[in-house]
Amino acid sequence: VNRLDLPPEHTGSPRSRVLGWATIVAMVALALFGLVFSPPAEDFSDSVRLMYLHVPTAILAFVCFFVTAFGGVMWLWKRSVWWDLVAASSAEIGVVFTGLTLVLGMLWGKPIWGAYWVWDARLTTTALLFLLYVGYLAVCRLPAEPDVRRRRSAWVGIIAAIDIPIVHWSVDWWQGLHQNDTISRLDPTIDGLMLFTLMLGMVAFALLYLWLMVHRFRLAWLEEQAEAAFLEQALTERRAEAGPGEPREPIDTPDSTEIPV
Amino acid sequence: MRYAGYVLTGYAVTAGVLIAYAASILRRGRRLSRDVAPERRRWT
Repeated sequence: VNRLDLPPEHTGSPRSRVLGWATIVAMVALALFGLVFSPPAEDFSDSVRLMYLHVPTAILAFVCFFVTAFGGVMWLWKRSVWWDLVAASSAEIGVVFTGLTLVLGMLWGKPIWGAYWVWDARLTTTALLFLLYVGYLAVCRLPAEPDVRRRRSAWVGIIAAIDIPIVHWSVDWWQGLHQNDTISRLDPTIDGLMLFTLMLGMVAFALLYLWLMVHRFRLAWLEEQAEAAFLEQALTERRAEAGPGEPREPIDTPDSTEIPV
Repeated sequence: MRYAGYVLTGYAVTAGVLIAYAASILRRGRRLSRDVAPERRRWT
């Protein structure tokens, strides 16, 4: 067999490489605009530069968890392993983004509010969101029958998503230290190069999310396949030990060799 | 730059975490790819 005919021994593909390079270019541009080209804000001085990372990571974390909840609904409806893997992959990326959101918010809070952490409604509900999806990832790894584990994690992912609108509207419902939305009402409170840099941040992190999703999904697929192969081998060994005559039992594996990503 | 310590720490932490996470996904993908049959990992 010609080695060039075999699939690559990694999670990359020509399209994912294009996406990866676009992400790198966007991230470098974001760093340049965020740290060098954009001006300091009148009220928050240079600490506003943290917002070019904090706002996109926060919004993309919402997107990640929405995809997880949607994937959970779709799994409950279609019972397709594909949706379970999409949900779990998106949740893991969302936990990373939410962790960054919290750290960046703390670095903003220290010079502006005088403290790394205050028990403000937005901060508290965001920390809760982080913990809820860490719990979701733990449920995904609990030892159980595959379908039981998938059903449990689907429900946890859906129920945890209730916190997303609470986080979003917390600044309106409970007046705290956290400022109101800057861009979400089509009437942004910033303009010019600062608004451009914030939008660039949104594009850069959206590209990063897509790239991470492609690779994390393929990794999850490989994990699923490796686990199924391990089970198959263990069963084969058990049958060989038991001798002939035992009926073969089907293994719960993903039913398609085509990976639609 | 005012608050340079906080700003640069924020950018460095973000870059570090994202690069480490992306690298761990790629590394695990390479390792697992060797254990999975070629026909089960055709990325289309």
